[in-house]
Amino acid sequence: MLTGLHLNHKSMLHRTGPLILVFGTALLLIIAFFIPHKPFGDLEARFLNWYAIISGFTFLLGLDSLARHHLIKIARREKGWFYSLLLVTSLFGTLFLGLYSWVRYASPFALNAPFMWLYKFMIIPLQATMFATLAFFIFSAAYRAFRVRNLAATLLLIAACLVMLGNVPIGSSIWGGISWLIHQIFPNTNLEILKRWELFAAAKDWLMAIPQAAAGRGIGIGLALGGIAMSLRIILGIERTYLSS
Amino acid sequence: MKVTLLPMWRTLASIDRRIIYLLLTIVVVLPLIIHPKIKVRVSEPVRAAFKSIEKLPQNSVVMISIDFDPSSAPEVQPMLIAILRHCFKKNLKVILTGQLALGLPLGEIALNQVSGEYNKVYGKDYINIGYRPGSTALMVGIGREIRDFFKTDYQGVPLDSFEFMRRVHNYHDIALLVTLAHGAVADAWIQYAGARFNQKIIVGCTGVNAPNMYQYLSAQQIAGLIGGLQGASEYETLVEKPGAATLGMPAQSTAHALLIILLIIGNIGFILTKKKK
Repeated sequence: MLTGLHLNHKSMLHRTGPLILVFGTALLLIIAFFIPHKPFGDLEARFLNWYAIISGFTFLLGLDSLARHHLIKIARREKGWFYSLLLVTSLFGTLFLGLYSWVRYASPFALNAPFMWLYKFMIIPLQATMFATLAFFIFSAAYRAFRVRNLAATLLLIAACLVMLGNVPIGSSIWGGISWLIHQIFPNTNLEILKRWELFAAAKDWLMAIPQAAAGRGIGIGLALGGIAMSLRIILGIERTYLSS
Repeated sequence: MKVTLLPMWRTLASIDRRIIYLLLTIVVVLPLIIHPKIKVRVSEPVRAAFKSIEKLPQNSVVMISIDFDPSSAPEVQPMLIAILRHCFKKNLKVILTGQLALGLPLGEIALNQVSGEYNKVYGKDYINIGYRPGSTALMVGIGREIRDFFKTDYQGVPLDSFEFMRRVHNYHDIALLVTLAHGAVADAWIQYAGARFNQKIIVGCTGVNAPNMYQYLSAQQIAGLIGGLQGASEYETLVEKPGAATLGMPAQSTAHALLIILLIIGNIGFILTKKKK
């Protein structure tokens, strides 16, 4: 009997309680969205503040998880432990410099603070290099992937070339050359008007604003519907994966 | 004759990636050394963004959100600098904030650089309220009262110490929001600040993210779009102050041209070798 009560109490604490909490909070927020007046408006503001505070604490959780994982790796001398050591040193080094700059210069963002030195001469170049390296891989992958295998692939290739040409000034120069060629073949055409057409740029603008945006909308609407469905599943207690562990 | 040419086309259809990397390095580095002059064509989305700021009366408040980090700085930082120049030239009040903690120092660097050019004073013409966690909650919360999330600026000075901030409480008091983003943060601003509070927004983003923004642009959910390095160079052209983006455009141009040449060669090789098979 006692064990049964204990189990019920545990189930209430771990399962039913969070479900009621989620349902109640979601219901209140939905009501507050449509009726932003007292008391719902104030409640919404309070919930938003809590959300901000909780999301602040998630950083600490992430920091703890990351540091713990790599410290264990270093302690056990697992494969690649040296990189973990570098990561932990960088992590706590940055943290230390940030705190030192805060105390010494009133803000870590002070331009002459050591934290900003680290940021300017290490973080910016490193991250920018990582992103720039990506361009090389994309370039090589595009060369291999864009093949005229079928009609759809051919259309994609043509669209990609038009967007690439329309997106950079060299497209205008090439169009200038084409205009001149047309003018030489058909002397009656007005060269200036031809040049002003900027065919590549016009094609790029049209491709981006019409077919691309239409596809983007479709994906966007699909994502939103998926989000709504998932939210409803969580609110109604059908989706309970967040309760596991 | 055809038989002897076939291996050559086959080779051209599958150029070694190391050769591609080398070619790309050459076509990117050369223009950066030579600095050829190029004419930048201004597109309609960027012109719309420019006009949105141009139309604002003096002393209007513009909130700029740094929603990118150093990985996208080469593309987005020139936009920030150009927009700050435009705002300060128009005597607008600037509030700098951000949704990515790692991006905020970039905002501070740009503010320090541009405010000096226009003799603008911290606290009087612009402030940096820094970063607070909260993301979407913060975006919705500012619609009620900005002080619920930002009681002080990034140095801990209370917001009401700054004269122009005394009249800023929520989106009603912010004439324009500029989000400079490299991810989905721009979507969040549009969905939470734009859709719910009717906040006028312009977006500056990386070239990769720009296509996602066209749906908002055509639905007039954003007032303008600055996409990638090209967009940044267009904005620099409009503010008549060429900067890093304009300098980078020749390199981007040659890189695009090289890719198109490689695609043509590769596809000719692909078609010819396929026919032979």
